[in-house]
Amino acid sequence: MITFMNNSDSEEEPCNERTSLMSAESPPVPSYQDGLQASEAGEAQAHRKRRTGGSRNPNNITDGETPGTGVPVRESTSENEEEELTLKYGAKHVIMLFVPVTLCMIVVVATIKSVRFYTEKNGQLIYTPFSEDTPSVGQRLLNSVLNTIIMISVIVVMTVFLVLLYKYRCYKFIHGWLILSSLMLLFLFTYIYLGEVLKTYNVAMDYPTLFLVIWNFGAVGMICIHWKGPLQLQQAYLIMISALMALVFIKYLPEWSAWVILGAISIYDLMAVLCPKGPLRMLVETAQERNEPIFPALIYSSAMIWTVGMAKPDTASRGPSQQTWDAAEDGRENHRSPSRAASQMSETSPAPTRAVTSLEELEEEERGVKLGLGDFIFYSVLVGKAAATASGDWNTTLACFVAILIGLCLTLLLLAVFKKALPALPISITFGLVFYFSTDNLVRPFMDTLASHQLYI
Amino acid sequence: MGAAVFFGLAGIAFGPALALVLLTVAAEPLRVIVLVAGAFFWLVSLLLASLIWFISVHLSDREDAKLQYGLLIFGAAVSVLLQEAFRFAYFKLLKKADQGLALISEDGRSPISLRQMAYVSGLSFGIISGVFSVINILVDSIGPGIVGIHGDSPYYFITSAFLTMALVLLHTFWGVIFFDACEKRRYWCLGLVVATHLLTSGLTFLNPWYEASLVPIFIITLCMGLWAFVTAGGSFRNILKCLSCKQEDDSRVMMYSALQVPLED
Repeated sequence: MITFMNNSDSEEEPCNERTSLMSAESPPVPSYQDGLQASEAGEAQAHRKRRTGGSRNPNNITDGETPGTGVPVRESTSENEEEELTLKYGAKHVIMLFVPVTLCMIVVVATIKSVRFYTEKNGQLIYTPFSEDTPSVGQRLLNSVLNTIIMISVIVVMTVFLVLLYKYRCYKFIHGWLILSSLMLLFLFTYIYLGEVLKTYNVAMDYPTLFLVIWNFGAVGMICIHWKGPLQLQQAYLIMISALMALVFIKYLPEWSAWVILGAISIYDLMAVLCPKGPLRMLVETAQERNEPIFPALIYSSAMIWTVGMAKPDTASRGPSQQTWDAAEDGRENHRSPSRAASQMSETSPAPTRAVTSLEELEEEERGVKLGLGDFIFYSVLVGKAAATASGDWNTTLACFVAILIGLCLTLLLLAVFKKALPALPISITFGLVFYFSTDNLVRPFMDTLASHQLYI
Repeated sequence: MGAAVFFGLAGIAFGPALALVLLTVAAEPLRVIVLVAGAFFWLVSLLLASLIWFISVHLSDREDAKLQYGLLIFGAAVSVLLQEAFRFAYFKLLKKADQGLALISEDGRSPISLRQMAYVSGLSFGIISGVFSVINILVDSIGPGIVGIHGDSPYYFITSAFLTMALVLLHTFWGVIFFDACEKRRYWCLGLVVATHLLTSGLTFLNPWYEASLVPIFIITLCMGLWAFVTAGGSFRNILKCLSCKQEDDSRVMMYSALQVPLED
């Protein structure tokens, strides 16, 4: 099939190879004596080689294999070409975010659909004190709105607290807080999760094995997230803890409160990132001024790093996200949006931050995009809630999934266009909510009625 | 029923789609994005159609079974027309995107051709349409139960799976033909695509008389497949060339750069 496509392409435009051949014919053969002429011809040749390479493989542009990266042609790189590169690499980075978001959602949906524990009502968090067990609709709505107000104010207070700590350089406190949160997620919540999964599938496990498994999982996780580790392992751990956090939210947030909270969080996100005095924007700007990375434990980084010959020798010894930020210290412009990370509920208060970041391309590394863990968590909460409460219907879950992916795609497109801090929640959550309610109430009866008559549209 | 039935049905319904996605779409980021965006467009069209059907049902007499069946037919027809309308809208969007990508690319050509986008968009419509039609049935097939115990056909599952497979392939072919027709402004082709879609949907109304519905639908699928193949530039000669695995003569000969002194990069 792939061959088929290339054939049809070349048949479509038979002249291209000929014209490229013609342009390859015309460059002068460089003479050995004149070094200047040789370098000029070399530039022209390499430039044309790049062009012929490009036209012969029209499908390869987004795979980052632009030939002649190290060639002196780069010196003539103008602002225009940088902008081209930004948009050219956009598709690849969208996919680099699609995959982890999809994985997180798959883990959450699979757990919700199979493990009964996360759909049982076992009380509520202290952040949502009002119960939704009231018979009247108005009272229930009022309770959910009150719950949302409390939850959002807690989040705002925690975020402002975090920004203040960061501003006054209380790094030890912040690191301690983050380490405590991830300790709790990696050990306690994993233990509960594993216990429930084993219960569901009726598998017996003895305590020594359990201790070994949890200890290894948690210890490697702590090292990968807070220190150094292989990039993919770090990404996997970040996805796991986002999924665990999302499952906790799905279990402990009452129905209507969850939806109102999702809506309110997107509005808060929009304001916190775009308003000049928003806490998240201040956090990002402070980090930018100090040329420091935002806490690596709270951001998912999709950046791939490799070092070519003239790389700085000390970058190889640092952790992955540290590296991307180190490279950014070259003084190039950074584009990022504030991050928001979620931590545990019981011991520490939640302080969600979220980020969508992209770095400029440098000679030594490929640009990466960063997404905050809070985004992962709330996307998964939306899809998980859809899976849990949509009357056993898979269509709603899938519709929400597609909606969130499209929202993410649009957000990344806006990021490429505006090149500044952008919130990743509003568009996706809006689409997700619209699709959830409309699919659950409108599409489901239609498709069910069609399926009962075995009609296809 | 059980896991065996589930996997068998899933294989029948989504085997071709999965193979096509894995072999042709999964490796290219741009195609994956076109795939997901196509699914989004189809979902929006379904949403609008369901809204229309829902309103019409609520405004009518619920007890009248014949009226409800008529409204269902009306809803299905509206849904088909809306799907095609959104396919046209997606064509417009992709055309604009194609121009944009060509503008920002190095050599003035976009990294993905409109034909590839036609194929991927058709595939995306097919996959999401198939998934929405059959996923609940598939999930139900894992659990216990007896098919057709109240007098319905016992072949419900397997015919649903085959219908879904046909639908996926049909949407793919329709996508290719539709985009080509829009490009070349052959409106009779467009009309024919819409008409065959309506016909296919109408034929499913003959279920459970499967001889009258499944066989014609598969014949239509075959015809659409041939038409799409010819539209995309295929021919008997192409197939022979592909099967004989001959190297293309004009892509390797006369590499003038090879004749010149290799320059240091």
